[in-house]
Amino acid sequence: MPGLKEIRKRIGSVKSTKQITKAMKMVAAAKFRKAQMRILELRPYADKMNSVLTSLAKTVEIGHPLLEIRPRKKIEVIALTGDKGLCGAFNTNIMKAAFKLIKEIQSEGIDVSVSAIGKKGTDLLKRRGFTPRQSWLGISGRVSYLNAKEITGNIIENYINETFDEVVLIYNEFKSALVQRVSVVRLLPLAPVKAEEAESQELTAAFLYEPSQQAIFDNLLPKNLEIQVFRALLESQASEEAARMTAMENATKAADDMIASLTLQYNKARQASITKELMDIVGGVEALKQ
Amino acid sequence: MENKLRLDIVTPHGLVLSEDVDEVTAAGTEGEFGVLPGHVPFITTLKVGMLILRKDNKTEYVFVNSGYAEVSPDKVVILADSAERAEDIDVERALSAKKRAEERLAQVEKYDFARAMAALERASIRIQIAERKIPR
Repeated sequence: MPGLKEIRKRIGSVKSTKQITKAMKMVAAAKFRKAQMRILELRPYADKMNSVLTSLAKTVEIGHPLLEIRPRKKIEVIALTGDKGLCGAFNTNIMKAAFKLIKEIQSEGIDVSVSAIGKKGTDLLKRRGFTPRQSWLGISGRVSYLNAKEITGNIIENYINETFDEVVLIYNEFKSALVQRVSVVRLLPLAPVKAEEAESQELTAAFLYEPSQQAIFDNLLPKNLEIQVFRALLESQASEEAARMTAMENATKAADDMIASLTLQYNKARQASITKELMDIVGGVEALKQ
Repeated sequence: MENKLRLDIVTPHGLVLSEDVDEVTAAGTEGEFGVLPGHVPFITTLKVGMLILRKDNKTEYVFVNSGYAEVSPDKVVILADSAERAEDIDVERALSAKKRAEERLAQVEKYDFARAMAALERASIRIQIAERKIPR
């Protein structure tokens, strides 16, 4: 049994750890609210963008390099993680899904290149012996549209150059403060919109285009990709802070439990020592009487 | 609602406006266009400009910073990079942006001409819209 002093010291250190986790929880909660607001604001735009593209695709018969499906010779997997840890299984879930996907692709005999967004993803890739094709750091925490633009630009350029024939993004989709789901989406080639689905909505009326169908397509497709990436970044951001909030909440609770059991132990030890001292005194008195 | 148009203006920063209106006029890249209920389906890119909407004899102005418009017979969807209603425009900020852009245009060798030009245009249109609103 550890001595009284040691227990007191441990209680002290657990208490200060608890203060840290509690503060981190508060910070995460504040950041989370902000991130949640941003993603909720973006969603209607992203959805409308998709519906515009859908109605456009109904009538479009022209091709576009970003729509073209090539034989899958090399597939790019992008893992979207955070720069920081202490957020539960947030990063590991992504990487687990990424490694599983990589294995699957490789077992089909297709080449894989991997990129990571976020320091954690980059580190984990390197530890597993992968060399990231590209890694974007310093994004989580201050996501801006420019980040999405940069990433999209890089992807499109390499796709057009045929560095890879398919791009898959793995990110944490934000469901609620308690639920995040790992989501795997194919960014490129852009999924061809299903014609039968479109037809059921309304009779396909011929659209007028200004300046031209091709010009709008050229403009809208990369833009849509940017929005998709931006959305993923924001979803991941909100998920990260939510995950961190939960993790820190749990850590604070665990610290509370630990303090309680240590305090109990401390009191027991103190009581034992008092009892022992009393016994000594009584024993001494008894000895004197004789 | 009959003979009304549903106008939705959405930006990456949220929904700016969603209303039933009688008429919409917007600045397309190929020129200004007006939309009344029953318009032919139409998709266009938008440049930086002013969107005018008429609703029960009232006119409102909205600043739209480039994007797309999808027009269907009973609906207009504007996807803009950013948009502000006339009363939400920060005139002071626009004025200082205009001044900054003009200064940069004066030193062409130091700054990106196209960017300064675009900034100037945005600021000028914002100011125009905001001022048009005042006499009303």
